[in-house]
Amino acid sequence: MGLISNGTTLLDAGALDSGVATGAMTLIKTLTASSSGTLSFVDGSASVVLDGTYKEYIFKFFDIHPATDDVEFQFNGSSDSGSNYNVAKTTTAFNAYHNEADSSTNVGYRPFEDLAQGTGFQGFQDNYGADNDQSGVGTLHLFNPSNTTFVKHFISRSSNYHNADYAIDCYVAGYFNTTSAIDAIQFKFASGNIDAGTIKLYGIK
Amino acid sequence: MAIISNATTIADAGAFSVSLGAMTHIKTLTASSSANLQFVHGSSSVVFDGTYPIYMFKFIGLHPATDNSSFTYQVSTNGGTSYGVNTTTTYFRGQHEEDGSSSALTYVASDDIADDTGFIPLSEDCGNDNDQNCSGTLMIFNPASTTFVKHWLNNMSATQRNDYAFNEFMAGYFNTTSAINAVKFEFGAGAIDAGLIKLYGIKDS
Repeated sequence: MGLISNGTTLLDAGALDSGVATGAMTLIKTLTASSSGTLSFVDGSASVVLDGTYKEYIFKFFDIHPATDDVEFQFNGSSDSGSNYNVAKTTTAFNAYHNEADSSTNVGYRPFEDLAQGTGFQGFQDNYGADNDQSGVGTLHLFNPSNTTFVKHFISRSSNYHNADYAIDCYVAGYFNTTSAIDAIQFKFASGNIDAGTIKLYGIK
Repeated sequence: MAIISNATTIADAGAFSVSLGAMTHIKTLTASSSANLQFVHGSSSVVFDGTYPIYMFKFIGLHPATDNSSFTYQVSTNGGTSYGVNTTTTYFRGQHEEDGSSSALTYVASDDIADDTGFIPLSEDCGNDNDQNCSGTLMIFNPASTTFVKHWLNNMSATQRNDYAFNEFMAGYFNTTSAINAVKFEFGAGAIDAGLIKLYGIKDS
């Protein structure tokens, strides 16, 4: 039985009517690190959706705190449901930085942080500090990962507290150079555990 | 009493059980020759605490009363009694003059902040011709954390007073482990003649 108000169906058949505005951004999954080696979002596992349901996915990560000082936070994609994270990528990387002592600033391209058809993990930011109050945050947009015609683009912006007390504003973009669907994304530090932090996956309708 | 449709609980105990979207509008403030606009947790229906892990401000059509004034902000850890938390930031921008004679991508050291408590410029040198304004987005991550510093990311598009398009990027962190519970926006000189600031929360679960 439907719920109808003033002639408008609000809900029926176990769901809100498609005409009822519910917002375009849907939380899919939250993973919380606790001395975790990796955090992985695998389509079809643990209620994760990472397929053709949405055309854009957004990961938001915050309070990411490494167990080891001076390490790089990274990600990679999988086309075999997380058995391997090694998809070829070509990427760009640049950042702006400024230290608390006000003695060093710049914006510049980071050639040693980009990839040219590399299958290794792509870094968001290097030199994470592991002091108790140090952490990093950011977003990663992944577009149409289930497409089997085109490569899969991604765009990231992130900010971290550098181990030498810098504010770092990092920009990474590129594409998974595959026409296979990307069905899993993994996050980790280049060395040591993710001591603490949260990563949320959203789908954009 | 629950609302159940086709054996699916749609609403119960005063809340919806189905997803209504992850991005929640909290508050809109409209400037009208306003000296400043403030979002204070617990005041005027503003939520700015641990309810959401990420807060997003949208600036729409901010028009300064005074030419060549910078749009700025600061935060409070005491419910808006005072604004002035130490922050370290980066600032760079792309710029292009309307007559096509000048363009650049550059870090601007005079517009960043090194561990200081002053108001933070989000948009520099705003023009106040009738059609000039600035718009953009500011995200603040987990302001209620009492463990980590509080990171933020900002991007503005602005009409500079000498008819440049400015694409401005700022990021940084409030260097405190106290919870941030209020945010204040103002121009460096003169009132906010017109414009909207909207606050959204990005849902936790």
